Amino acid sequence: MSKSERPSQLFRNLNAKVASIPMILTAMVVFVGGTAWTVLYSFTNSKLLPRLNFVGLDQYYRLWATPRWLISIENLLIYGVISLVFSLVIGFLLAALLDQKIRFEDTFRTIFLYPFALSFIVTGLVWQWLLNPDFGVQGVVRSLGWTSFDFNPLYNSSIVIYGISIAALWQGTGLIMCLMLAGLRGIDEDIWKAARVDGIPMWKTYLFIIIPMMRPVFITTLVIIASGIVKVYDLVVAQTSGGPGIASEVPAKYVYDYMFFAQNLGQGFAASTMMLLSVMIVIVPWAYLEFGGRKRV
Amino acid sequence: MRYKFLTAAFAATVALNFAGPAAATDLEVTHWWTSGGEAAAVAELAKAFDATGNHWIDGAIAGSGGTARPIMISRITGGDPMGATQFNHGRQAEELVQAGLMRDLTDVATKGKWTEVVRPKSLLDSCTIDGKIYCVPVNIHSWQWLWLSNAAFEKAGVPVPKNWNEYVAAAPALEKAGIVPLAVGGQAWQASGAFDVLLAAVGGTDAFLKVYKDKDAKFAAGPEVAKVFKAADDARKMAKNTNVQDWNQATNMVITGKAGGQIMGDWAQGEFQVAGKTAGKDYTCLPGLGLNEVIATGGDAFYFPLLKDADKAKAQEVLAETLLDPKTQVAFNLKKGSLPVRGDVDLNAANDCMKKGLAILAKGAVIPWTDQLLSQDSQKQKEDLFSEFFAKPDMSLEDAQKRFADIIASAD
Amino acid sequence: MSDHAVALSATSSNWRDDAAGPSGPKPRHMFSRRNIFLYGTLVVVALYYLLPLYVMVVTSLKGMPEIRLGNIFSPPLEITFEPWVKAWSQACTGLNCDGLSRGFWNSVRITVPSVILSIAIASVNGYALANWRFKGADTFFVILIVGAFIPYQVMIYPIVIILREIGLYGSLTGLVIVHSIFGMPILTLLFRNYFTSMPEELFRAARVDGAGFWGIYLRIMLPMSLPIFVVAIILQVTGIWNDFLFGVVYTRPDTYPMTVQLNNIVNSVQGVKEYNVNMAATILTGLVPLIVYFISGKLFVRGIAAGAVKG
Repeated sequence: MSKSERPSQLFRNLNAKVASIPMILTAMVVFVGGTAWTVLYSFTNSKLLPRLNFVGLDQYYRLWATPRWLISIENLLIYGVISLVFSLVIGFLLAALLDQKIRFEDTFRTIFLYPFALSFIVTGLVWQWLLNPDFGVQGVVRSLGWTSFDFNPLYNSSIVIYGISIAALWQGTGLIMCLMLAGLRGIDEDIWKAARVDGIPMWKTYLFIIIPMMRPVFITTLVIIASGIVKVYDLVVAQTSGGPGIASEVPAKYVYDYMFFAQNLGQGFAASTMMLLSVMIVIVPWAYLEFGGRKRV
Repeated sequence: MRYKFLTAAFAATVALNFAGPAAATDLEVTHWWTSGGEAAAVAELAKAFDATGNHWIDGAIAGSGGTARPIMISRITGGDPMGATQFNHGRQAEELVQAGLMRDLTDVATKGKWTEVVRPKSLLDSCTIDGKIYCVPVNIHSWQWLWLSNAAFEKAGVPVPKNWNEYVAAAPALEKAGIVPLAVGGQAWQASGAFDVLLAAVGGTDAFLKVYKDKDAKFAAGPEVAKVFKAADDARKMAKNTNVQDWNQATNMVITGKAGGQIMGDWAQGEFQVAGKTAGKDYTCLPGLGLNEVIATGGDAFYFPLLKDADKAKAQEVLAETLLDPKTQVAFNLKKGSLPVRGDVDLNAANDCMKKGLAILAKGAVIPWTDQLLSQDSQKQKEDLFSEFFAKPDMSLEDAQKRFADIIASAD
Repeated sequence: MSDHAVALSATSSNWRDDAAGPSGPKPRHMFSRRNIFLYGTLVVVALYYLLPLYVMVVTSLKGMPEIRLGNIFSPPLEITFEPWVKAWSQACTGLNCDGLSRGFWNSVRITVPSVILSIAIASVNGYALANWRFKGADTFFVILIVGAFIPYQVMIYPIVIILREIGLYGSLTGLVIVHSIFGMPILTLLFRNYFTSMPEELFRAARVDGAGFWGIYLRIMLPMSLPIFVVAIILQVTGIWNDFLFGVVYTRPDTYPMTVQLNNIVNSVQGVKEYNVNMAATILTGLVPLIVYFISGKLFVRGIAAGAVKG
């Protein structure tokens, strides 16, 4: 558009701006507007309906004095670390195995990926059934003669969150594997040749050469995994409903329960504001570094 | 091409959305009655309403009130209300009424002389806000029941207990026979409800009212409530091997003799009935746990959102009348296992347990239930506490009682 | 568009193809120790992944008495399709005893327009962000990415209000918009990465030839972006088909999607949990996304390779 007329900054790239209107509206009205609205009402004592009746930080004091919220946070941390570490490690290892020019790659890939087609509700139900102490794995092993076999994560407060993580990993690692596999496929064959010529062992090549080259894949993967972790809700509801007791509660469920079951919007909004705040502290600076200043026309 | 996409998508939605105007007297009714006995009961309501020439569109949402209520409330506040909706009468719909979203039924009530026929009077009181009536109570549900499996006690070789204390004493024998003494499902409201029942039974009516009506936190921290916590501790130990979630799965454990008993509201009766069990022969019911025979007047009610459509508004009136019709009341409550809200209906068909309930009701031994006394917020905090208490054997009684008193102190 | 650009797009099509072939170290003999280890591991892991599906299928073909007695892993002694029939057309929620069949077409009617609209918007976003960056574009993009981390539950209330204000609450259009909004962050990220990774000369050449925003999008970008569209379609079909929360909050019973019926069937316990019916219902509900996966498996990886790798 070198010789085209450019009346002002505003009309530059006009088509692009017009085309971005849905995105701008979503970003500003829904995400920013909705968030601001939520934060504003977290300082009120709104019950069933939102009302602007300010009570300062009361909702926050109460939130941090509530055992269930503290348990939720702890569970999210455990679940988050497990999901992050294991999905990356398992996903990468599976991808590396599939990348060895093997036969039946399509079959294996489909097998690893299919759980991702099932919703968390379905995943939760299936694993609730597999981990059911009477019918599931424990029952079957016991009926084979090993009567002292004990594997009952869903009804044991101290390990229930691991039972949920097993289901989450089963569902999600396939996608991570695909992302990793895609990343590996993007690596130039020459790199491998060079590494082989230099006599570098395979694991070292992966660890010190290939993985650093796959940085963009890891970024996309991290966004997908991390946003999934913060949002975990359906899986817990379907698998344990937060039980036994409140041992497998998670923050998103606290928000939902207090907004709608307890009809205390203010408390739910305060909890969601805390979630947002922690997400922002980590994500915003990183997102700006990652996506902000890319040089391209 | 993008525009084509957009218009195509838009046209598709519009076309699909245009399902044509529904017949004027279709009325959508949302509720959370989905278990076997409940569905049979709600079918009676639908039958009666359809007989008036209108059409009941069933909007059942499974997964108990906790799942269903947010959906109902979102729809009402979102400007897409249903024709009528179930709530537990009490304070769940309070704010919707205050916001002017619900329909005032005072005219219909005056015409039908509700103030005369509905008993106990407290039922209608909890439908009344600022002197206007906003809901139709359809049944009385009381939580104060202990359901015992006769077969389980026979197997354990002990007589069927007459009250809570005998039951606790019989627990070791049940356990020895491989039976779970007490079934408490994993849903949070079950643990919390069981505690409230113990409070009214072990602590007595006065204690119950002092805690939940007067919100006396000092009393809640005191020695009388400590006794109740001791009983709750017994219950916790007896229930520790229940590996089910839903209340009716827990009831099913009693029906099949896998569990000795269950503390559950009278809606459990519907499950016994669907399973073909007879009160007195196959199972025993102890109102007030055999210690303090009272009945709480919780229950279900229908609320009617304010609608613009005149035909639907008319149909709402018809539904409101139908719900309180003596014939509907009998048919519905027999299936549901609850007590009718009218004193003037014939309940000869009622079974032993319902008759016990009716007798207590006639004596006037009624207490209000927590739905009427506490906000949902306080109820939820209580649920969190007791579901944790029941799931965690190492949570000390002192600690639990202190947290309970804190909740009462801040309750509204 | 000029020949110049066409020629470029032809040469650059090679660039897509390398993404498909394996690039790891060369394989050696068929029965080497390495191969035994490799295939052994893969088979064991594959069995673990298949186990739940196997249990689901096997359970759905058993009668209730057999489930109560037997072992969940044993094959059915007597195959019955009754649970499937029941799940599809007879299971009850409240008074409605028509199983999942009712929700199936609703799900189709929700999924098709939502997938089309969300992908149309996100692809244009990605294109604008990659090739026509205007001032402030990055800020909006960062907001979108942060938006991907907001739990949906938090946004329920504001969205109820927004939809109520524009008068779309409870309508299918409203639900389609909601799905488009929440699909936008991740999809935009994928499209943006994909378009960024396309050779820049292509874009430059088209500009020199005088093609505008839409011209380049329609004639150059779209034809070259089949893989990423496949990925987007797969992600959206899965996500929207499996959605429960929005389906139940923003619609009414006559337009409830299949997942709501699934939840209702699974949670409407009539005495004993009918595990066989639950499993059949579960498989039936998951069937559409599963089929999409099985059909498009290979394209999926190729598309992901293009959308996620370069960024």
